[in-house]
Amino acid sequence: MSEATTPNSFRTGPDERGHFGIFGGRYVAETLMPLILELDRAYEAAKADPAFHAELKALNATYTGRPSPLYFAERLSAHLGGAKIYLKREELNHTGSHKINNCLGQILLARRMGKKRIIAETGAGQHGVASATVCARFGYPCEVYMGATDVERQKPNVFRMELLGASVHPVTAGNGTLKDAMNEALRDWVTNVETTYYMIGTAAGPHPYPAMVRDFQSVIGNETREQILAAEGRLPDLVVAAVGGGSNAIGIFHPFLDDPDVRIVGVEAGGHGMHVYNGHAASLNGGRPGVLHGNRTYLLQDDDGQILEGHSISAGLDYPGIGPEHSWLNDTGRVTYVPATDQEALDAFQTLTKVEGIIPALESAHAVAEAIKRAPKMGKDEIIVVNLSGRGDKDVFTVGKILGVDL
Amino acid sequence: MSSLPVTRIDARLAKLKAEGRAALVTFVTAGDPDADTSLAILKALPGAGADIIEFGMPFSDPMAEGPPIQAADIRALAAGQTMVKTLQQVRAFREGDDETPVVLMGYYNPIYIYGVERFLGDAKAAGVDGLIVVDLPPEEDEELCLPAIGAGISFIRLATPTSDDRRLPVLLRNSSGFVYYVSVLGVTGVKSAAAGDVAAAVGRIKAHTPLPVMVGFGVKTGEQAAAIAAHADGVVVGSALVNAVRDSLEDGKATAATVKAVTDLVADLAAGVRRGRA
Repeated sequence: MSEATTPNSFRTGPDERGHFGIFGGRYVAETLMPLILELDRAYEAAKADPAFHAELKALNATYTGRPSPLYFAERLSAHLGGAKIYLKREELNHTGSHKINNCLGQILLARRMGKKRIIAETGAGQHGVASATVCARFGYPCEVYMGATDVERQKPNVFRMELLGASVHPVTAGNGTLKDAMNEALRDWVTNVETTYYMIGTAAGPHPYPAMVRDFQSVIGNETREQILAAEGRLPDLVVAAVGGGSNAIGIFHPFLDDPDVRIVGVEAGGHGMHVYNGHAASLNGGRPGVLHGNRTYLLQDDDGQILEGHSISAGLDYPGIGPEHSWLNDTGRVTYVPATDQEALDAFQTLTKVEGIIPALESAHAVAEAIKRAPKMGKDEIIVVNLSGRGDKDVFTVGKILGVDL
Repeated sequence: MSSLPVTRIDARLAKLKAEGRAALVTFVTAGDPDADTSLAILKALPGAGADIIEFGMPFSDPMAEGPPIQAADIRALAAGQTMVKTLQQVRAFREGDDETPVVLMGYYNPIYIYGVERFLGDAKAAGVDGLIVVDLPPEEDEELCLPAIGAGISFIRLATPTSDDRRLPVLLRNSSGFVYYVSVLGVTGVKSAAAGDVAAAVGRIKAHTPLPVMVGFGVKTGEQAAAIAAHADGVVVGSALVNAVRDSLEDGKATAATVKAVTDLVADLAAGVRRGRA
């Protein structure tokens, strides 16, 4: 399904109807369409309003702690004996991941639109925590839909959300993971569309969400660009990020898309391995295009178009789809997407923790795993930037269980 | 487009209009609880009083459905329902009934994966008259709506309480057959609308279109059907029927009572629709 021509720029999408090539669009129930169109208009107006950007910038600086550092992982680089590895420290953000970047942008938009109530879906709980946080900060009621399986494996984040004043609704439909949480959030939205703002956590869903979430997350790549130029005087040779829905990845990738010398790699959840049917969550490497949750994109599905659940050690990557812009970047060949297995992520989690004293989220550990594979084959003068999208405190129980430690 | 052939939907609705009564539109999920029972239900619906049949194409992720139809989809998929089987069941139904309109209802992905052109060809050949695809708004009309019209299959649109006077012309633009008015904000099978609100909404929609307006969401009894029928061209019932299927099962399997559970409720609803304008 690859595109016949290479575009002049990879940064101009989507078109006004939300399409990145054949991907994206607005595949939602009619009840939601008037609101989706209103959201599109409201976001376009906000984008053109300097006061909106000024407020977001100030919050990013004083509430989140931006810019996040770009850290030279000297010991990891020496340990691997190849390229210099830099880590973009999104895990140091307030709430512990990149998710806050998007939530701050969206809460300002919800306020502009006069909405009274916020709903969100969450997988690992990182987006749920970030949503609950901005709702506490701005005084909004917050309802978070979370798969029952994820509620079980991410208990610390569930409690954090509740402390922040959010109501967490466990979703038992399906396998009780992120896909099911998103279905249930959409059902809430259809029911309460007039009062409610749906704070989608990843760069997916109906237009304008994929573009809007990307824009809010692009602060990651814009900072990285400036920081690596300051540190090394040149752009990196390789940028690596983990991809579930793909918001941290598109955030760091997008500002580099038109730099042909920068190779870009997205790392999907390889789970038990790509050879295991329904045993991974690698939509691009193991799925095909379809329509779900408001957009056309690569999906894990069976031959009859029924969506598969997928599997990953990481609750945040355990989703059968991916943002539509990633599908387009995959088909145009600009970005390479590869899988990393549960075991590779687990090994990377432990390596980074021991060698650098940084505990990564299991999601981010997938990106670290790819850097660990590639760095030794690269020259010592080459540079890799890894997006360390979240911290691993929330995963300590999961990892402990796998390693046979009873916490 | 001035001399379209008269479709089964148009013919049936013209006949009911002449009789001066509203239509009963019944929804059941294809393959629920299993292929054979589902076909038996389908064949029994017209005799029990259904005027138009909506046949649900089950989907793993029915985003706009409440618990009853979600559960029906899960039962059907667990019993091995596929798009091929759904179309086979319509074809088998058509062998014995060439008049009752059949509308396939569901979500886009299973159609997209089957292939739009192949789907429209096979659906037309099987005797499908219309489509309702919940996640294809008019903004995506090139996907399926326009090809369906080209293939001679009506594309029926949902209108909702959020469809204001600015939105209605957009969503009615390529609609045909009838308009399905979703009378409450929400998923299927949970809330019910007040009859007064329904009358106002139907009037608003009719100001924009000559198409008949069917009203659904939350209709469970003959009494409710009668109240809606007084104000609309037809009444749609779905969740109550799939709940009747569910309540008739033993250990998840169909029983001797399953088909009758559905037809008894359809008969009650049909009686309600008939006295709605009495």
